[in-house]
Amino acid sequence: MNFDFSDDQKFLRDEARKFLEAQCTMAHVREVLDDDSKSHNEGVWQKIVDMGWLGAAIPEEYGGLGLGMLELCVIAEELGRTLAPVPFGSSAYFFAEALKLAGSEEQKQALLPKVADGSVIGCIAVSEGPGETSAGNIATRLNGGTLSGKKIPVTDGDIATHAIVLAKDGSGASLVIVDLDQSGVSRKPVKTLEPTRSHAVISFDGAAAELLGEAGNGMPLLDQINDRAAVLLAFEQLGGASRCLEMANAYAKERQAFGRAIGGYQAIKHKLADMYVKNEVARSNAYYGAWALSSNASELPEAAAAARVAASEAFWYASKENIQTHGGMGFTWEVDCHLFYRRAKLLAVQAGSPAVWKEKLVSALEAKND
Amino acid sequence: MDFNDTPEEAEFRAEARAFLSQHLKPKTPGALRSGGREDFLARAKAWQKTKAQGGFAQITWPKEMGGRGGTVMQQVIWGQEEAKFDAPTGPFAIGLGMCVPTVIAFGSDEHKKRYVEKALMGEEVWCQLFSEPAAGSDVAGLKTKAVKDGDEWVINGQKVWTSGAHYSDYGILLVRTDPNVPKHKGLTMFIVDMKQQGVDVRPIHQASGGSEFNEVYFTDVRIPDSDRLGDPGMGWKVALVTLMNERLAVGGSPGPDWKEIMDYARSAGTLSNQAFRAKLADWYVAAQGYKLTKFRTQTALSRGETPGPENAIGKIINANHLQDICNSAIEMQDHYGLIVDKDEAPSDAIFQESFMWAPGLRIAGGTDEILKNIIAERVLGLPQDVRVDKDKTFAEMN
Ligand SMILES: Cc1cc2nc3c(=O)[nH]c(=O)nc-3n(C[C@H](O)[C@H](O)[C@H](O)COP(=O)(O)OP(=O)(O)OC[C@H]3O[C@@H](n4cnc5c(N)ncnc54)[C@H](O)[C@@H]3O)c2cc1C
Ligand SMILES: Cc1cc2nc3c(=O)[nH]c(=O)nc-3n(C[C@H](O)[C@H](O)[C@H](O)COP(=O)(O)OP(=O)(O)OC[C@H]3O[C@@H](n4cnc5c(N)ncnc54)[C@H](O)[C@@H]3O)c2cc1C
Repeated sequence: MNFDFSDDQKFLRDEARKFLEAQCTMAHVREVLDDDSKSHNEGVWQKIVDMGWLGAAIPEEYGGLGLGMLELCVIAEELGRTLAPVPFGSSAYFFAEALKLAGSEEQKQALLPKVADGSVIGCIAVSEGPGETSAGNIATRLNGGTLSGKKIPVTDGDIATHAIVLAKDGSGASLVIVDLDQSGVSRKPVKTLEPTRSHAVISFDGAAAELLGEAGNGMPLLDQINDRAAVLLAFEQLGGASRCLEMANAYAKERQAFGRAIGGYQAIKHKLADMYVKNEVARSNAYYGAWALSSNASELPEAAAAARVAASEAFWYASKENIQTHGGMGFTWEVDCHLFYRRAKLLAVQAGSPAVWKEKLVSALEAKND
Repeated sequence: MDFNDTPEEAEFRAEARAFLSQHLKPKTPGALRSGGREDFLARAKAWQKTKAQGGFAQITWPKEMGGRGGTVMQQVIWGQEEAKFDAPTGPFAIGLGMCVPTVIAFGSDEHKKRYVEKALMGEEVWCQLFSEPAAGSDVAGLKTKAVKDGDEWVINGQKVWTSGAHYSDYGILLVRTDPNVPKHKGLTMFIVDMKQQGVDVRPIHQASGGSEFNEVYFTDVRIPDSDRLGDPGMGWKVALVTLMNERLAVGGSPGPDWKEIMDYARSAGTLSNQAFRAKLADWYVAAQGYKLTKFRTQTALSRGETPGPENAIGKIINANHLQDICNSAIEMQDHYGLIVDKDEAPSDAIFQESFMWAPGLRIAGGTDEILKNIIAERVLGLPQDVRVDKDKTFAEMN
C-alpha cells in the first residue's frame, strides 16, 4: 500500500508552491480581472512556459519533460490554489492529452513539442448552447474536411492557437483539430462569470479541419478525453477548495464579534469542520483518480467521475462558505473570496456539470456490477 | 502510487489468510446474528483463544504481553482479512482495544500478571464505565464518587450506556475522588470486579428494540486501593489514554452501503430513477472517500508517521451516510418499507434494522457535534468553546 505521492513528487509540489506564491499572486490575478482587454496574464504564462510544466506529462520524444500524470496532478493542484489566470488547463489537460490519446504520429510530432514550449496553445470547443452537449444537439458540421458552425463558450478560445472541435459528421459526430489562425475562423470574447479565465465565441465558416481519431467516433473519444481531464481538473478544484478553507480559517481567528474571535462560535467552527471533511473526501477521491490515470487502470471512468463529483462539491461548498465566513467583507470586489467562487463555478461546469458526472458515475457502476 | 503489499506484508497477509480459513467460514450476511447471545459469547471467547494461541491476537503488543510484537501495518492487514470471515470479535473490542491497554499503561506488575493473559485468551471480558446520566460528551463532569476508607475505596453512583457490562468480568471505572477541585482534576481510575456485591447491571431497552447496553449501579462497592490505575486525581489523564487507544478502525461500513441499495434498486426496478441515481453517486463518492482516506492513513502508518484525525472524519461520514441510505431505501419501498418482519421485508430487513441503529452511531464514541468541535479545535486550531466551569471546583458547579 502506497497511496500517496512520492518524495520526488512532493518536492515538485513544494517547489511549484514556492514558485507560484512568488510569481502568481492575487495581484497578478487581479490584473486580468480588472482589465477587460486582458485575456490572461502574459507574464505569469511566460514564466510557467519557462518552467516546462506544460510538457510535464508529454513524453520526451515529443519535446516534453516526460515526467508523468502524477506530476501533472501535483502541478494542477498548485495552479488551483493560486487561481492562475492562464490557459494551462485547456492546453495541457485537454489539448495535449487528447493528442496523446488519439492523435496520429504526425499530429503528435507536429503539435506536442509546440504545446510543451508554449508556441501552440490548445483548447477544446464543445458547447453550443444551454444544457449537456450531445451528438444530437450540435449544429456545427464537418463536411469533407471543412468545418462550419459556432461554438460558445470556448474556455481560453480567444488566446488559443488551435482547438479540438466536436462536430456533426454524417450521422455521427467527430472530433477535429482546427488551426484557429485561418480565414474561415472568426472569434470574439464572451463575458462570463469568471473574468480571470477568458472565453470566446468561435465561428467556423468553411475552416480547414483534420480528424482527431476515427470519423464518427467523436462522442466516445470525447468521453475518454474528459475522463482524463476530469482528474486534473479535480486537482485544481482541490487546490482552490484548500485555499478557501485556509482563508476562512485565518479570518475566523482574527475577526472579532461579540467580544471574541468568530472562529470561537460553533456555527463557524462546524462550517469549517464540514469544509475540512468535504476537502478530505475530495482529496482521497482525487488521489484515486490520479492512480487510475497514471496506471491506465480500467477503473478510470468511475475513478475520474468520483474525483470530479467530490471536488466540485468541495470547491462549491468551500468557496460559498468562505464568503459567508467573511461577512460583508466577503461580498466586496477587493476581498478575494469571490474570485474563488467564480473559479469554482467554471471548473465545475467545464467538461460537464456535476449532474452529468453523477450520471456517468452511476452508469459505470451499473456496468461493473451487473 | 500503488495498492500493493510489500513482500513482507504479502507474506504476512497470506499467513493470516491461511490461519483464518483454517478456523472460520467466509463472511455470509446474517450469519453472525444467528444464534442466541449466550452462544455468541461462547463462540467469541473460543475464537479469541484460538487467535491468541495462533499468535494473531493483539499483533502490536510486545511479546512479553502475549502479543506478536508486530507492526501497525500487520494489525491493519489482519483486520482487513479477519473482516472477510465470520469472526465473532465484538465482545472483545472494548476490552482489548481500550481497557486492557490502559491497565498495561498504568497498572502494577501484579495487575499485568493477573489480567492481561486472561483477557488475551478470551477468558475474561472487560467493559468501559465512563458515561453517566449527567456526563456523556462532558464525561469529566461525572458524579459517581469514591471515598477512601482505610485501604479501600467505597463507590456509590451510576454509570450508563456501558456496552457489554452484562457479560463483563471486569471494568475500568472513572470516578470522582475530590469534588473540591476543578472537574478534570478530581477524577481517579480503578479496576472493578463486575461480579462483586453492590454492582447492579440493568440492561437498557434501546430505541432499536434490543438491549446491548446497560445501566450500572454502584452501592457501597469496595475496591482495594491496590486496584487504582494512576494516582488519585490523575484519572482524566488515564482516561485520555483509554480514549486514544480506540482501535484503529479497520472494518468496513457498519451496515448496508451504496452497493446494497443499488442491488436493491435494481431488483425493485427503480434504478433508472434520476433522483435516485444522483443520490447513489453521492453515496459512492462518500463511501470511497472514507475507504480511500483510510488507505492514506495506512500509508502514513507504514511509513512510521502518526496519522491525523481520520477516525473523526470517518465516523461523521459513516453514521450519517448509513442513516441516509436506510432512509432512502425505506422510502423507495413506499408503505411496504415499514415492514421489519424478515420474512416479508426486502433484503432481510437490513435497511429497516440499520435505520434504527444509525441514530445511536451518531452519538456513541463522540457525537457528530463533538467530533466537529475536535476537528475545528485540534486540526484547524480554532479557539476553544467558552468554558464557564473552567476555574470553578466541581462542588461549586453542582
Ligand atoms: C449587500 C449588503 C448590504 C448592506 N447594507 C447595509 C446598510 O444599508 N446599512 C448598514 O448599516 N449595513 C449594511 N450591510 C452590512 C451588514 O449588516 C453586515 O455585513 C452584517 O451584519 C454582517 O456583519 P459583518 O459583515 O461585520 O460580518 P461579521 O459580523 O464579522 O461576521 C462574519 C461571520 O461571522 C459570523 N458571526 C458573527 N457573529 C457570530 C455569532 N455570535 N455566532 C455565530 N456566527 C457569528 C457571521 O454570521 C459571519 O458569517 C450590508 C451588507 C451587505 C452584504
Ligand atoms: C450505542 C452506544 C454505546 C455506548 N457505549 C458506551 C460505553 O461502552 N461506555 C461508556 O462509557 N459510554 C458509552 N456510550 C455513551 C456515549 O459515550 C455518550 O452517549 C456520548 O458521549 C454522548 O453523551 P450523552 O449521551 O450524555 O449526550 P450529551 O452529552 O448530553 O449530548 C446531547 C446533545 O448535545 C450535544 N452537545 C453536548 N456538548 C456539546 C458541545 N460542547 N457542543 C455542541 N454540542 C454539544 C451533543 O452532540 C448531543 O447532540 C454509548 C452510547 C451509545 C449511544
